[in-house]
Amino acid sequence: MSKVRVLVGTRKGAFLLSSDGKRDKWDVSGPHFAGWEMYHIKGSPADPNRLYASQTSGWFGQVIQRSDDGGKTWFQPGTPPGEPTTGPGGMPKGESNKFVYDTSAETGKPLTTHQFYDGTQHPWEFKRVWHLEPSHSDPDTVFAGVEDAALFRSADGGVSWHELAGLRGHGTGPKWQPGAGGMCLHTIIQDAKNPNRIYIAISAAGAFRTDDGGKTWRPINRGLRSQYIPDPEAEVGHCVHHVALHPSRPDVLFMQKHWDVMRSDNAGDSWHEVSGNLPSDFGFVIDVHAHEPETIYVVPIKSDGEHFVPDGKLRVYRSRSGGNEWEPLTKGLPQRDCYVNVLRDAMAVDSLDSCGVYFGTSGGQVYASSDAGDSWNPIVRDLPAVLSVEVQTLP
Amino acid sequence: MIRVILPPHLRALARVNGEVVLEVEGRVTLRSALDALEASYPMLRGTIRDHVTQQRRPFLRFFACSEDLSLEAPDFPLPAAVVAGDEPLLLVGAIAGGEPTAQKQKRRDSRRAAKIAS
Repeated sequence: MSKVRVLVGTRKGAFLLSSDGKRDKWDVSGPHFAGWEMYHIKGSPADPNRLYASQTSGWFGQVIQRSDDGGKTWFQPGTPPGEPTTGPGGMPKGESNKFVYDTSAETGKPLTTHQFYDGTQHPWEFKRVWHLEPSHSDPDTVFAGVEDAALFRSADGGVSWHELAGLRGHGTGPKWQPGAGGMCLHTIIQDAKNPNRIYIAISAAGAFRTDDGGKTWRPINRGLRSQYIPDPEAEVGHCVHHVALHPSRPDVLFMQKHWDVMRSDNAGDSWHEVSGNLPSDFGFVIDVHAHEPETIYVVPIKSDGEHFVPDGKLRVYRSRSGGNEWEPLTKGLPQRDCYVNVLRDAMAVDSLDSCGVYFGTSGGQVYASSDAGDSWNPIVRDLPAVLSVEVQTLP
Repeated sequence: MIRVILPPHLRALARVNGEVVLEVEGRVTLRSALDALEASYPMLRGTIRDHVTQQRRPFLRFFACSEDLSLEAPDFPLPAAVVAGDEPLLLVGAIAGGEPTAQKQKRRDSRRAAKIAS
């Protein structure tokens, strides 16, 4: 029987939640890396035992962790315990937490500035890894989306990292600016049918696409409208919170913008709003059903000033028509006195026949639905605030 | 040989329990001590000093012999007692707010033991 493994990153450690295909009984493992902010943990589609984790701290900076046994044991790539830490020439084997912007003349871009909170220009400074996206085909290849916004790639299992500098060096860089959480690159989506195409999203710059494997990038924000920036329909500067697609239709994108739920049917060349009858179209997460490309999920949040669900009710909204018409999913979710948030990377779907949907809250609950959202149960209720949720469907 | 005491999170990363003992070649300074620490425990690179600028991370402080050395230049010589191994170099995560419970209990216990002995 198939199994699922839910990878949960929280403000104070990582947790792995495992169940068989029925998804009614769960084993909880953790906290791993207790006390550290675990921004994101994700497994390789090519080798499910290969997990990558972003471990960060305001005191000690960035650490990358890797597991090769499905989360039983972890190590920092390049420095596994007991192995020599230098190569034959005496050079360090790897520095898995070394994220240095590429300013070389051959492959890089000059370190420019971006717009800061006060409107002045500010130099790029690395702060942390928000999102790790393993390659579809190679367990040793993984992308990292970082703050200040840039995209890095490792081809040696996380031992060393190199920036795809064409993105940070994009001419619009001086117009990018940090959102409330920092200027983060939080979404990385590889086109399963076309390895040269990657989508990324930055808060607050917008969405970008490469069609040449990351050498050059173009903003894909036409149709987005953000009322409070100087030009509401600017090429860049939009606070995109998350983007999702169904692997079978890589040209159809769904976006939760700061305000507005958006849809593109042409790989981001243009967008139109599909917020429809949502009680609030502010939110962070958005995801797509594993088997129904027109079924999408969001969790409306009251406003950017009040980061909690409207009316004290935790409701996932599902559209079976690719947007515009939404139904609230409430069975098993608290419908009074609930004031949690659900952050941008904190929703995921499994690929079992009856699609499982998972999300984590700022209150430390991780909810699971084994019937595509019709009903929900908490797997755990009292973790630290949840930053990210990913799920692996295992044989 | 010098002794270095790491904050708990860095002890976990380095997979050590107690203090760390290091051989430092040449003049013993903040820089040479941290170089020796990172050579023995490369997983700590970037967690104490920035990879590129080699600047101390803002929320980490260096103490020895009851002195705060955090703002000293990298080539500041460490006190003789640290060089001799009599006193440790302490790397401390800057947190205001008091003493961990276990440490506090240890101090109370030793005070009580001293009282009983007297």
